[in-house]
Amino acid sequence: MNPHPTASGGRMHTIKEKEILSPTITRYVIEAPFVARKRLPGNFVIIRLDETGERIPLTIVDSNIEHGTITLIVQAIGKTTRALAMKNVGDTIADVAGPLGNPTPIEFHGPVACIGGGVGTAELLPIAKALQKAGNTIYTIIGARSKDLIILEKEMGSISRALYITTDDGSYGRKGIVTDQLRDLLKSPNGLAAVYAIGPLPMMKAVSNLTKEFGVKTLVSLNAIMVDGTGMCGGCRVTVDGKMKFACVDGPEFDGHSVDFDEIIMRNRTYTDLERISNERCQAHETVHAEGGSSR
Amino acid sequence: MSVSNTMKPSERMKIPRQNSIEQNPVERSRNFQEVSLGLDEARALVESTRCLECKNPVCIEGCPVGIDIRTFIQLVMDRNYAGAVKKIREANYLPAICGRVCPQESQCEAVCTMGKKHPSVAIGKLERFVADYESQHDLFTPPEVPERSEESVAIVGSGPAGLTCAAELAKMGYGVTMFEALHAVGGVLRYGIPEFRLPRTILDQEVERIKALGVEIYTNFLIGRTATIDELFNEWKFSAVFLGTGAGTPTFMGIPGENMSGVYSANEFLTRVNLMKAYKFPDFDTPIKVGKRVAVIGGGNTAMDAVRTSRRLGAEKAYLVYRRSKEEMPARVEEVHHAEEEGVEFLLLTNPTRILGTATKWVTGLECQKMELGEPDESGRRRPVPIKGSEFVLEVETVIEAIGQKPNPIIQATTPGLDVGKRGTVVTNDDLCTSREGIFAGGDLARGGATVILAMRDGKKAAQSIHQYLCNKREKKEELKAEAV
Repeated sequence: MNPHPTASGGRMHTIKEKEILSPTITRYVIEAPFVARKRLPGNFVIIRLDETGERIPLTIVDSNIEHGTITLIVQAIGKTTRALAMKNVGDTIADVAGPLGNPTPIEFHGPVACIGGGVGTAELLPIAKALQKAGNTIYTIIGARSKDLIILEKEMGSISRALYITTDDGSYGRKGIVTDQLRDLLKSPNGLAAVYAIGPLPMMKAVSNLTKEFGVKTLVSLNAIMVDGTGMCGGCRVTVDGKMKFACVDGPEFDGHSVDFDEIIMRNRTYTDLERISNERCQAHETVHAEGGSSR
Repeated sequence: MSVSNTMKPSERMKIPRQNSIEQNPVERSRNFQEVSLGLDEARALVESTRCLECKNPVCIEGCPVGIDIRTFIQLVMDRNYAGAVKKIREANYLPAICGRVCPQESQCEAVCTMGKKHPSVAIGKLERFVADYESQHDLFTPPEVPERSEESVAIVGSGPAGLTCAAELAKMGYGVTMFEALHAVGGVLRYGIPEFRLPRTILDQEVERIKALGVEIYTNFLIGRTATIDELFNEWKFSAVFLGTGAGTPTFMGIPGENMSGVYSANEFLTRVNLMKAYKFPDFDTPIKVGKRVAVIGGGNTAMDAVRTSRRLGAEKAYLVYRRSKEEMPARVEEVHHAEEEGVEFLLLTNPTRILGTATKWVTGLECQKMELGEPDESGRRRPVPIKGSEFVLEVETVIEAIGQKPNPIIQATTPGLDVGKRGTVVTNDDLCTSREGIFAGGDLARGGATVILAMRDGKKAAQSIHQYLCNKREKKEELKAEAV
């Protein structure tokens, strides 16, 4: 009955390509044919590495229907993302479910700022591409702590009228934060018709606060705590415009001016101490591997 | 009549109802092993002889899936346990599950003739006994499946409704493919019901038996997103679709403080523990946070599961906060009883009004008000009315809301022409047909929140409706062919 006989849903997800973009950020091309067929910009997948693994949401950066693959760009920051970084081409991931979440509404606005913070730039890329295709003029701002966390400069540059880089430490581009650059764009004669911002919550909050002053529509993507990603657990609930929303099924993108950022910033700290325990375990594991002669 | 039971009814009535062997409450409130160990063979035999073998076995009418209870109990008396479970499986393909989670006291055992004057026959415990006996002695033989028909049916959701529908259709010879959004099969039996009520080995075994009928299963496949219902018809060429996606979306009370750290929906809390095995953290990666003091809001089976789970995760004080009185609780009597034994404190006629927390939004307490029962409401239960000035704060670090679920909206939103009811349920007629031809629905998706066994009944009924639908379609096709000739 399966009309796509090469696609064996939920059975095997092989890593087809792996490319290290920065010391902590890696690009993976993963076999997930059903997801690849249906995926739109803004969608995410939930992955689980193995039987003892947790389910984590990751935004899909790209897909290839012919090859039946999706592209993920992941920063190794927690237990699961670090364990993923230890996998190599040919290794498998137990579960990849998706595409989840609502696709990004792609409309014509005119001049649009696309703002990526750190690895958030990867999530932004497909949206920026689609916006450019829809006739918008793209002004890209990529921000990160330092130069080695700046990714996809070339890819974003190729679809942008102008690309700006800011680093906290000034090691690359403008020293400062993305809002420094954004303020200049908002004040420029042409101004901006819309802003799409994806990155750490404090960055999206700062962007939203600034654009509110200028009355410029702003879309942000909320990386809330999730378990199933299908609207079943309610763990990802956020307050938007005073109402309870689930980031997985009502989002993940919301009007930045309506999001209660302080609430989600605090809520996302729920498991910080336990995550540290998981992380330490993973680190011990990595050390054992390294001592075992791995040439990573 | 059973050949082995020569006792007169009056003698049978003198035999006391046999009790399950149970784990000690103090011990079990700290582990995840099954609470009830069921009846042993000796007790099961004694219990079976209590059956009055009524000429008019009302218990069968009391069973939502119409198990031939009288015959199966007679087979137990005759020590033909394999025959007994086979008899059950004619009507219900999942006896090991139903024997554990069915609310028998309000179904078969509620109408049992013995129950009029004496404790009713422990039908549920006998069901479980024969199912377990069959597994322990490796006596399971899959039913014979007729020649495979050309039509295939898609089952959306692998919970009790979907599993039952799949089994029934496969037994009729249809090709059956089941789609599950999560990585593991079983729906609420997997993520909702705790292991101490339904061990995963039992669930896995029942799923394997459904697979043995030739049912194909796709996990990580969210219908509405990974493929739409229309794609199931047009690309996958299914002849019919059964929707059994349950009521998986949690509802919240809407009181202040619900988004603080330390507040869970029962769904999230139980999913973390049951599906993701957070109780084995850090060997399993999914974390969970349970304070020394936990309040669970609600009075249903889900609330009982959550509060008993919180005890097992180390809560010293586990409160169940329910706004009505014990009589109105929708939970199974056995669960309430088990929760009490395990040290759960019941705060009845108590209504939460606010969740309190620290400056960094960690839960510190639950503000409640006392209630009294007033006039009956539309459900026939007496309406709880707040008592003025009765507010108090329950000091807790964790709050779990178990006040009900509603259907997940993804399929309704992605299937044009599918009529949706008031609370997000899919509208069906008595035959479980939806507003779209070839699409059937049942279980909590259509009911909005009920029991495992009612979902199973729907799954079974839908299978019959689907069969009827496909037969009619086949006949029409042949008529057309005949006319053409």
